[in-house]
Amino acid sequence: MAKADILGASLWDAYSNKVTTLMNNPQHQGEITEEEAESHGNKLIVADFGAESCGDAVRLYWEIDPKDDRIVNSKFKSFGCGTAIASSDVMTELCIGKTVQEAVKITNIDVEMALRDTPDVPAVPPQKMHCSVMAYDVIKKAAGLYMGVDSDSFESEIIVCECARVSLGTLQEVIKLNDLKTVEQITDYTKAGGFCKSCIKPGGHEAREYYLVDILKNTRREMDEEKMRAAADAGGKGNFEAMTLVQQIKAVDAVVDENVRQFLIMDGGNMEVIDIKKGDEYIDIYIRYLGACNGCASSSTGTLYAIESTLKEKLSKKIRVLPI
Amino acid sequence: MQVYLDNNATTMVDPLVVEVMQPFFSELYGNPNSLHKFGTATHPAISKAIDQVYTALNASDSDDIVFTSCATESNNWVLQSIVTDLVRHGEKNHIVTTEVEHPSILSTCRFLEDQGVKVTYLPVNDQGIVEVSTVKSFITDKTALVSVMWASNETGMINPIKEIGEICKAKGVLFHTDAVQAVGKIPVDLQDVHVDFLSMSAHKFHGPKGIGALYIKNSQKLTPLLHGGEHMGGRRSGTLNVPFIVGMGKAIELATANIKETGAKIRAKRDRLEDAILELSDTFVVGDRENRTPNTILISIKGVEGEGMLWDLNNGQIGASTGSACASEDLEANTVMLAIGADNELAHTGIRLSLSRFTTDSEIDYTITHFKSAVLRLRAISSSFAKVQPTPGGEVQECELHHH
Repeated sequence: MAKADILGASLWDAYSNKVTTLMNNPQHQGEITEEEAESHGNKLIVADFGAESCGDAVRLYWEIDPKDDRIVNSKFKSFGCGTAIASSDVMTELCIGKTVQEAVKITNIDVEMALRDTPDVPAVPPQKMHCSVMAYDVIKKAAGLYMGVDSDSFESEIIVCECARVSLGTLQEVIKLNDLKTVEQITDYTKAGGFCKSCIKPGGHEAREYYLVDILKNTRREMDEEKMRAAADAGGKGNFEAMTLVQQIKAVDAVVDENVRQFLIMDGGNMEVIDIKKGDEYIDIYIRYLGACNGCASSSTGTLYAIESTLKEKLSKKIRVLPI
Repeated sequence: MQVYLDNNATTMVDPLVVEVMQPFFSELYGNPNSLHKFGTATHPAISKAIDQVYTALNASDSDDIVFTSCATESNNWVLQSIVTDLVRHGEKNHIVTTEVEHPSILSTCRFLEDQGVKVTYLPVNDQGIVEVSTVKSFITDKTALVSVMWASNETGMINPIKEIGEICKAKGVLFHTDAVQAVGKIPVDLQDVHVDFLSMSAHKFHGPKGIGALYIKNSQKLTPLLHGGEHMGGRRSGTLNVPFIVGMGKAIELATANIKETGAKIRAKRDRLEDAILELSDTFVVGDRENRTPNTILISIKGVEGEGMLWDLNNGQIGASTGSACASEDLEANTVMLAIGADNELAHTGIRLSLSRFTTDSEIDYTITHFKSAVLRLRAISSSFAKVQPTPGGEVQECELHHH
C-alpha cells in the first residue's frame, strides 16, 4: 500500500488502445466454411478451447494450403471479456501467412506484446494476462488436429505459470541459483505468479497441476539435501569444517574417545560434548566436565589445553574448546 | 443520452436533498455539541432529521436509531460488538448468516472466525432466497446472532424477514438485518417485523454517501465500535455530520413517502425493460418479480460474457454492473452468482440492471435498443453461438469453478 494504491486503478484504464480498438471492432472475427476452403483447394481446421462455464471459450478457424502447410486465412469466435476478444483477434492475425509449424511457436506472450501500444507498457492489467493464455492453447489444438498428433506434444516442457510462460525447470533453476526463499522473490525474478495468481497455491481462479508454493518447498528441500550430501561427502573425506553438525559431533566424540576420555576416567572424571557453534573465525566446541574433572584446577588449564590441541591436530586448526 | 442503471451500487443525490443540506456547510456550520448558539442553532434540523428517520421506518421512541458513516460501519458494529458482549463472556459463540451477504458482513464474519467465533453460512434456493426452515434448523442454544439481508444487492430478491424475526424472537436469539437494499425500495415497518438491529445507508435512496444508520430495538445493549465522546448518547462517537444527517432525513422522507405508488411506477419500467430483454433467445432472469425489489434485474445472456457486455453498454453511455469473475480483481466468480447457480453460467454472464425513481421511459427505450444491439454484436463474435461444427477431436474442455 502507498499513496498510489489508495484509489485502486480502474480495470479498463489499464487496457492499451489496441485492446480497446480490437474489442470494439475485431478484424478477424467470423467463420470459414468447409465449402470456402475446398473451393480454394485448401483444408479447413476448426479448433475449440475452453467452455462458457469456465468464463472463456474460443474457436479458431484455419484455412491451410496442404502443399506447404501455410495458413492462408484465419478467423475466430470468442466467448469472453474484452481482453479475450482482443487476444483472439491478434492471435488470428499472427497466424495468417505462417506455416502450421511456425504458428505453434506463437505464445500468449507474443499475443500480449502485439497488443501493446508501446513495448514497455503492458497491454492489460496483471490479472487479465490469463485471458490471453487461451490463444496459445487453441493454436496447439488446431495444429494437433492438422498434423494428427496430440496437442500436448508441442509442449517440450512443463509450464507452471501460463500467463508468464515459466517452466518448471526454469523455476527450479532460478530458486537454486539465487537461493530464493519466498514466492514473492520467485515472482520478482521470473514474473511467475504475478498475473492471474492461479499458479501460486491451490484455490485460485483455476486448478493447476503444479503450484509455486510446492515447487519452492520441494526445491528448498532438494537444496538442503544437496548441501547435506556435499557435507557428508566432505566429512567422508575428513574435511571437518565442511561437515554437518551431526558429523562434527560424531568426529569430535571419536577423537575424544580415542585420545582423551580414558585419561579422564582414570582420574575419576569424564567429559561430554554439549554443542558445536560454527563462526567465521572459530569453531567453538562447548564441553561439560563430569565427576572429578568438575571443579578440578587443571580443567581450565592443562586438561583443557590437552583436549583443544588434540582436536586441533586431528580435526581443524579453527577449533576452540569452551567448558561450561 | 446517458443512462444510469446501477442504482443498487449508488444513487444520484435528489436535488431537494442537496437543497436542505446547503445551509449546514456555510451558514449553520456549528458543532452540535457546543454550548454556544452556533452549535445549538443546528439542533432543530438534526431533530427533524431524526424524526424523519423514525417516521419512515415506523420505529418506536424507545428504540435507538444511531447515525453512522455507512452501512458497512453499522454491519461491523453489530457483528463485532456481539462478540464483545456475548462471545467473550462465554455465553454464546455462534453466528448464523447467509452465503450471499454483502462483503461487509461476510468479511467481518471471516475476521471473527479467526478470533474463534463459529459462523454458519446458509445457502439460498435457486431463487436466491434464504428459506425460513433453513434458518430454523441451524439455530442452536449457542447462537448469539442471526444476520440475514432484507433484500439482495445482486438479485433484488426479498428474504422472509418477518418469519425469520419471529423464529429468532421465539428462540431468544438476536436478529440483525442488512436492509441497505430494502429501505427506500420496499416498505420497511419496524412495528410489523421483529428485528433487533437494522443497517441502512443514505446513498442507496438518493441521499449523500458517507452517512448511514443503525437501528437498535428498545435501546438494548451494544458496545460502541467507536469510542471517544458523548455523541449520540454515547453510542457512537465522532462529531455529528450535520449536513449529511439533515440530507439523510430528507432523503428517507422522500424515498418512503408514497413508497408503494413510487415502487409500482419503477416496477412498470423495470418490467418493460425485462420483458424486452427476455425477447432475446437464451436469456433468463433470477427470481420471480413478486418477491423482488421493484427496481432490480439480474439477467443471464447465453454466449455473452459479463465484462464484455458491460463494455458495450458503457460504449453506449449505459452504466450497469456485472458479477462476472472476469471483471473482478481476483478473477473469482461472484459468491452470490455461484450460490444461486454455478451450473447456469451466471457467474460469467450475469448483468445487473437497477433503476431508480429518476429513470425515465425514454431511458428505458434507449436501453432496450442498445442492450439488444450489444447482445447481437457480442453473440456474433461468440464461440457459443458459432454455427459451424468443429472437426472431430475439437471438443471443448472441462473445467471446474472454484467455490470458496
